Amino acid sequence: MAYSRKTQRLLFISVGLGFAAVAVVFMALAFSSTAAFFRTPSELVADDQAGSQRYRLGGLVETGSVVKQGSQTDFKVTDCQASLLVRTNIILPDLFREGQGVVAEGKLNASGVFEADKVLAKHDENYMPKDVADKLKQQGVWQGGGGC
Amino acid sequence: MLTELGHYALILATCIAAAQVIFGFWGAQRRHLAVMQAADQATLVTFALVVLAFAALMQAYIVSDFSLRTVWQNSHQDKPLIYRIAGTWGNHEGSLLLWTLILTLFSACLVLAGRGLPTTLKARVLGVQGVIALGFLSFMVLTSNPFLRQATLPIDGEGLNPLLQDIGLALHPPMLYLGYVGFSMAFSFAVAALIEGRVDPAWGRWVRPWTLTAWVFLTAGITLGSWWAYYELGWGGWWFWDPVENVSFMPWLSGTALLHCAIVVEKRDAMKVWTILFAVLTFSLSLVGTFIVRSGLLTSVHAFAVDPERGRYILMLLALSIGGSLGLFAIRAPIFKPGGIFAPISREGALLINNILLAIAAAIVFYGTLWPLVVEAMSGQKITVAGPFYDRTFVPIMVPVVILMGIGPFLTWKRADAGAVAQRLGLVLGITTLVVIAVLFLRRGGAWLPYVGIGLAVWLITAAAVEWLDRVGVWKGRFAGLGRRILRTPNAAHGMSLAHAGLGIAIIGMVGSTSWSLETITAMAPGDTADLGQHCVRFNGVNQAQGPNYSAQVGDLTVLRNCQNDWLALAPEKRAYPVRAMGTTEAAIISRWNGDYYVALGDEQDGKRVVRAYFRAYVPWIWLGGIVMVIGGLFSLSDRRLRLGIPRRVQAPAKGATGSPALATAKVDGGAA
Repeated sequence: MAYSRKTQRLLFISVGLGFAAVAVVFMALAFSSTAAFFRTPSELVADDQAGSQRYRLGGLVETGSVVKQGSQTDFKVTDCQASLLVRTNIILPDLFREGQGVVAEGKLNASGVFEADKVLAKHDENYMPKDVADKLKQQGVWQGGGGC
Repeated sequence: MLTELGHYALILATCIAAAQVIFGFWGAQRRHLAVMQAADQATLVTFALVVLAFAALMQAYIVSDFSLRTVWQNSHQDKPLIYRIAGTWGNHEGSLLLWTLILTLFSACLVLAGRGLPTTLKARVLGVQGVIALGFLSFMVLTSNPFLRQATLPIDGEGLNPLLQDIGLALHPPMLYLGYVGFSMAFSFAVAALIEGRVDPAWGRWVRPWTLTAWVFLTAGITLGSWWAYYELGWGGWWFWDPVENVSFMPWLSGTALLHCAIVVEKRDAMKVWTILFAVLTFSLSLVGTFIVRSGLLTSVHAFAVDPERGRYILMLLALSIGGSLGLFAIRAPIFKPGGIFAPISREGALLINNILLAIAAAIVFYGTLWPLVVEAMSGQKITVAGPFYDRTFVPIMVPVVILMGIGPFLTWKRADAGAVAQRLGLVLGITTLVVIAVLFLRRGGAWLPYVGIGLAVWLITAAAVEWLDRVGVWKGRFAGLGRRILRTPNAAHGMSLAHAGLGIAIIGMVGSTSWSLETITAMAPGDTADLGQHCVRFNGVNQAQGPNYSAQVGDLTVLRNCQNDWLALAPEKRAYPVRAMGTTEAAIISRWNGDYYVALGDEQDGKRVVRAYFRAYVPWIWLGGIVMVIGGLFSLSDRRLRLGIPRRVQAPAKGATGSPALATAKVDGGAA
């Protein structure tokens, strides 16, 4: 087979497309099984099928709800309509505070406790993560500032 | 007074940048020398004015001039000097000014260093640089003016977020920006080449040092950012796949591809369209990175306050720059003649396949970062993807990349001798197998996946070492004159070996820390010990201490070697900053060759302290790998071929002369990468 520029191009294009196809398959498979949906406490409480799926739970840390016991921390996340108990073993970020915005990532267990393996309090200077602010504004509970 | 001067300088710089654009493009179009020289002057003046503006803002921060809005919002008199200085760019307006400063600095460097460039090409490059500068300067002047005064004069500032009061802030953003903005040079060269309709080996060689400089800074910036996020608690460790980390990683992936394509243009006059495309993409990704962080589209610790006015301006700038350059690419790219033909098994072949893979890797990160935004816009569902997604997509794509990185340097240009290469690779594979078996034996087994990762890393390091030894001629048993041969080897070749090996070292750290780390979290009374693998941690108590603008509780902990003898002393802190009524937790870290002892102090409970102690295996290797990569880049940058023989275009490129690089300086080549 004569090795021409055409062959060269064909060869590399097919190799490239092959890799790209593999990557697309990987992405499609990974995306459906690893993407986490964002929910507020009232949405999650109302949802009966909220079992095995991973969620990002966003809201305000309910004032007075933080209980630390050894390495475990319990706190309630509220959107001013419903609140949900969150349990976690990880280090809470320095910006985690009562009455302020938080995003917890994890799963709801059988007894209705949200077990978080990630707690984010990354946010701008208004102490409110964007996801949370959007949701709360949408529901008309939060107009800026901390607390309900 | 100085503030007004700075403000004035900023507005004037905007006007002069406009002049730079007009002089550059018009002068080049008309081939009018005086006009093109005026573009040079305008570039230097713009730079000087931006320096003045930046100095004025920095001075306002240093003397705590709270009549300025940004200073009031982000600074405080009690802050140590270094953080008052670093605070200049620890906010939206200041970071934009830093960005522009670096952009104009690169343009000024081109004027001063680019005397050997064809005048029209240089004028056009400056013109493109001017367009970018104009975009940023007008954005600042119109929507985010750092010199905005406020009517009432507050007594004190609101203070900088204590989390940002860190040496990381002084180093990480400037480094990252030098990288992001550095790619603007490759972009401008690419756009200028599209306008001129000419890409040749000389062009490849001019673009190379700028790309390399940007790559070195971006690598250093990402490594620094990773290190900062690692020792700052609650930021998710050395890599978190946070959107903002991702946006710095995308230009790195695409910039790495660009770096390698530019070599093929320089050596073989091939892969021109790829190079142009990667140059445009890399800077576009840098712009997306800068603006995504600024626009607040994504939730992240880096998000500054946003107002819709800014968002719209940002989108417009992005659409103009990326749309414009890609449109130009679509129209002009077909005119470039295809370069030299090469066999599938050749260095070009390996580079091309790795570039395709890097582009796919960048696309995966792009998809994971931005697709959730699309989903939200279409369905209103907010979703996020994180680590597990990339573990299943990005990581598998990097496996062939690392394997090919080991093979590529052994291949010769055009067509490689498969037999000779296989012989070398057999040696590399043998060494790799032995090392992995040794590690398996020392660690007494465990999950198999980490050993695959370690194997890949060892493969890469060994391949880099064997290739280097080959190049300097150790294999042929010629030890006489070895030192001279090492010196005579082009620095770019040393640089390649170092950079490749550096990635291997970093992979060891990444795999090790992900797979073999230990942790223990317990409430401890003074005198208690806790197990941490084969060693123990003892809690001795807590002392009070006073910092410059905070008070602290300092823990006193000791790591006991094999749970017997005192070995390492650790002093983690919990700080309270009165100005922002905030606390920070400072971990104490001691590094050993095989990992970090990492301890953080928790809250007090019934007379006991919650102590979190970690052994983070092989983490220092990540930073070491980053440093080695940077050193490799610097070596390559110091190559005398990039400094000495300023390349000149040959008058008439010989027709079909695919084998001879059309460069006046090709003789000092040495066949290096």
